[in-house]
This record gives sequence, C-alpha cells and structure tokens, in this order.
Amino acid sequence: MDLSLSDEQRDIMRMTREFTDARIAPRAREWDREHSIPPEVFAELGGLGLWGVCVPEEYGGAGADYLSFIIVLEELSRGDAGLGVTVAVNTSLATLPILDFGTEAQKREWVPRLAGGEVIGAYALTEPGAGSDAASITTTARRDGDGYRLNGAKQFVTNAGIAGVFIVMARTGEAGGGSKGITAFIVDATTEGFTLGREEEKLGINSSSTRGLTFDDAWVPDSAVLGSEGDGFGIAMATLDGGRIGIAAQAVGIAQAAMETAVAYSKDRWQFGHPIAEFQAVRFKLADMDRDIDAARLLTYRAAWLKMMGRPVTAAGAKAKLFASEMARRHTAEAVQVLGGYGYTKEFPAERFYRDAKITEIYEGTSEVQRIVISRELLGG
Amino acid sequence: MEIVVCVKQVVDTEAEKKLLAPDWRLDRQSVENVLNPYDEYAVEEAVRLKEAHGGEVTVLCMGPEDAQSAVRKALAMGADRALMVTDPALAGSDTQGTALALSGALAGLTYDLVILGIMSTDAQTGQLPSALGDILDLPVLTALNMMKFEDGSLTVHRQTDQGYVAYGCGLPAVCSVVKGINEPRYPSLKGIMGAKKKPLETKDLAELGVDTARVGGAGALTKVLSTTAPPPRKAGQKIEDDGTAAQRIVEFLAGEKII
Repeated sequence: MDLSLSDEQRDIMRMTREFTDARIAPRAREWDREHSIPPEVFAELGGLGLWGVCVPEEYGGAGADYLSFIIVLEELSRGDAGLGVTVAVNTSLATLPILDFGTEAQKREWVPRLAGGEVIGAYALTEPGAGSDAASITTTARRDGDGYRLNGAKQFVTNAGIAGVFIVMARTGEAGGGSKGITAFIVDATTEGFTLGREEEKLGINSSSTRGLTFDDAWVPDSAVLGSEGDGFGIAMATLDGGRIGIAAQAVGIAQAAMETAVAYSKDRWQFGHPIAEFQAVRFKLADMDRDIDAARLLTYRAAWLKMMGRPVTAAGAKAKLFASEMARRHTAEAVQVLGGYGYTKEFPAERFYRDAKITEIYEGTSEVQRIVISRELLGG
Repeated sequence: MEIVVCVKQVVDTEAEKKLLAPDWRLDRQSVENVLNPYDEYAVEEAVRLKEAHGGEVTVLCMGPEDAQSAVRKALAMGADRALMVTDPALAGSDTQGTALALSGALAGLTYDLVILGIMSTDAQTGQLPSALGDILDLPVLTALNMMKFEDGSLTVHRQTDQGYVAYGCGLPAVCSVVKGINEPRYPSLKGIMGAKKKPLETKDLAELGVDTARVGGAGALTKVLSTTAPPPRKAGQKIEDDGTAAQRIVEFLAGEKII
C-alpha cells in the first residue's frame, strides 16, 4: 500500500493551488455577489488544461489520471466552489460520458472543445417532477425522420447558462416505463425549439449557473444519440457514479478552505488576553475539522483510485460523497462559529463556505440516495 | 539562441526556516522545497526568448537528487532539457564553490546566454552571476528588468531608483533578472505531463572534471560563524484617549521625526 502521490499528481496539485490562491480565491467573493464568473477566467483554465484534466491527449485533454482530476476539483473548490462544480460537471457529466459511451465521430466532434474549454458541457436529467426518482422523467423523444423530436422540461441544470452542449435524458419508450425506454442525447445548445429558463436564485455556489431547459418540438438527428436507444438510464447512473467522486472532492475543498480561514483567524483574534487558538474549545474544533477533512479526502482518493483501476466504484463513490458532504456542512458551520460575529458577515469568507457546502448534500444524489446506494450494496435488494 | 538557465531548489518562502548547528546549514528535510521564486523569472524570460528566436533552453541545477522537483517545474514551464549536478562533495559549498561546479557543467554545454534569478531566497547573496561570469570570462549584466535580443546583440535594462540604464553586449553573456521583468506562467497540465518525458541528465563532479577539494564545506573560502535571530520587536506604546490623544500622537510622531 502506497499512499504517496505521483510526481505528476503532486505537481498538478501545486500548480492548481498556486493558481487558485492567486487568481480564484481573491475574486470568489465578487463572483458570489455578481452571480457569475468572467469568461476570461474560463479561458485561463483552458490555457492551463484544467477543463480536460483526465481526458486523453488524442482528444485534446491533458492526459493526466482521474485522481489528478479529483485533486484539481478539490483545489479549485478551495478557492471557489461555484467554479469547482462548473469544471466538475463539464468533465464528469458531459465529457466523460461522451468518451465512455460515444461513437468515434461524437468524440471527435465534442471532446476536444470540451477539454479545451471552448465549449462548456452540462447534464440534464432532473425534471420538475423527477428528482431522486430519476426513472420517472417525462421528457419525451419521438421518432421523426432521421432523428427525434424532444418535448418536455428539465430543471436545476448546472452550467445551463454557459453551456454549448447538454447530455439530455429523454423517454423514447412508453410513458411510465420507468428506467426502461430512456435514451441519452447529445444536444447542441443552438438546437431549434430548445430554450433556457431563468437563472435560479440559490443559497450558495452563486458563481455557477443553474437554469431549467424547455424542449418544444426540438429536433435532433440520430447522430445525437449517446450509446444505444433505451440505454439512457444506465448511462445516466454510471455517469453519476463518477460525478459523485467529484462532488466529494468539492466538499473536501470547501471544508479545507473553511478550516484554513478558521485557523488563521484563531491565531489573530485575541480575547481574554490570548489568541483564541490557545483555548481548548477552539483548538478541539479545529482538530476535529482536520481529522474529518483527512478522512473525507482519503475516502475520496480511494474512490478515485478504484475508478482508475477500473474496479466497481458505485458504493465507494457514494460513501465518499456522503461522508465528505455532511462533513463539509458541519465543519463550515463550525468555522463560522470560530469566527463568531465576524463569521456571520460577508467581510469574511466563512459564511460563503457555509452556504456553498449545503448543496453537496443535495446534488448528484442527495445524502438519502447515497444511503440507498450504500445499503443496497451492503444488504442487497 | 541556446540558453542555459541556472536554477536552485529552496525552502518554500512561507515555511518557517531553521538553521542547524554545527555548520548552520538550512534544514531542508522537514519543509516543503520549491523552485527558487526568483528563478521563475529567469525561466520565463528564457522560454520567451526561445519562443521569439528559436533554439533550446537547458535547465542547469546543482543540488541533491530531490531538487529534481524544482527542475521539473522549469521543464513544465517550457524548458527543453535539464542537467543536474549532484555530488555529496558539494554539500556546504559557498558561492565560489557553486560557481566552480556550474562552470564545469557549462563547459560541456552550448550556450549564447546564461540567465539566473537575481538571488536565491534562502542564501540571498546574489553573487553567483558575477562569480560565474568571472570564471567563464564573460560579460555579466545583473538585476535586469528588460532583455531584448535583436540583430545578434543583446540590449538590456537595469532598473535604478531614478529610472533605468540600458546596456548592450555581445554573446555569450551571463545575466541575472529581477522580479517584475515578466509574469512567470503557471505550468500547464500539458507542460507538467510532458516534463517527465524531457531529457534530464545527472552528472557528478568527476564527470565534470571539477576538483572536489575546491567545492563543498571543505573547499569553501568563507565560513558561517554563527547565526542570530532578530531581536523580538518591543511592545508598542498605547495611548488611551482622554481627550488629548490626538495631541499626544502628533507629539509622538514629531518626536520620531516622522512628521
């Protein structure tokens, strides 16, 4: 057993951390307030290869391994969790499914642009009436000529406002067919009959875009089908298996940032004639944070390693996401507590970490869904 | 244009540094080591000159095997190859010893320019470029904040308090650059992934034909006698406002000749 990172993984971590400290973290407060990230930041990420970390070189990626991608997500999220999820969704939920299930032509058409950040990807499964019960989606795709006509609505689509391409799950089979009869489509954002809903107003990750989609007789060609007709639900679930590891990394990054803020503050803040870092009540909070962040990071790395080895990752990814997200929610709250009144203000980033952490318990499968996944593995059924 | 950039691995500037008795060498074991931040400007300048005029950039580094991570960063930023000078006999070298070892390595390389950072953040002597130029008998231009290569000759600027001085010289030459001459790039992921595939050679002193008696702690011409931490700062003076605080602050500042 060797827990040390490779030279490349360490160099990638170092570079991303330096970049985040200089270019991301100092601007995160403004992006949170403005509810957007300037496009030149996306271009900068493209130049560094951060949109396609684990995408093979032959498809325009950096050709690093999956753990390197997970490390990048943690480091970016440490600076701005909204940027973290923007990159996570682009790679985990749009680029990788095309690489895993797409035809050579689909890979050539989309992956180099997604890996370079010229086009940003999104993933549309959730609907107003289908959240955790993803098999109950009602968006339809009906055969029409050499393609399909899509009708219906998607909701809470991360990256929607900035994406050029969407992986869309729609029902090609009978209504009420459950997980059967769902097909995945690669939908170009310029497709006629495809429109975006308004930006959601959210609790956190405000720099990232979240919108609904509407399909009104939107026609896509046969070449837009990802995998085979009827395979959509399996593709959607397999994609989320990997996506969860990225969200676990995001949660670890947010918690790490919160801990660093609390540690720095506790050394500077004097009360009763001492820095508050000298008080056991504060020291023990910070010790617990450090312990749990470490544990979450190790679960996340293990899940990433299993994926790299091609081993089953469903339960391991669910455990990492469940533990990391609950840990992040709990300890970002404790970080606010360490900062006291200052922590509650927007002068300090602790409150942003607290708001940003909550979503990690909800998207790409709620904590309750993760427990279903883990218990199914443990108990069967 | 063939360029050699000399780089050093140093202790991370953020880390707390410790000097270890008996010879007061820096503790490099228990801390994070990085590419000397000043050297990043030298690497960037070399890569930019290469991108504009062609040729190759060779990274030259004297240090233990572990210093490879600093060399890898320079390669990831765009340098083409690297030569490491690694030999246990080099431990404890002073500036002259370092210059001797590096000049031995340069003898086996083809170069038009040798570029260095203004100094290392650990030893901070800033003597190496001059010592190197002296041994190699080459023109030395230090503390540059602009370098331009045109029609076969080099024009550089050295920043001064009043403005800058422009110098010119033929090649080859030894130059040191300051922070601010450029903005060093972050190594891209492609750069990082490609760094390991670039040629990296390691040579010891025997292979370079450098006399081991003239380098290292034994050959050093200077010796560190002792080190002393700066005295702790005295507690400040507190002025409680009883209505006369402003007056007393003004008096204090005037007394210190600040106003």
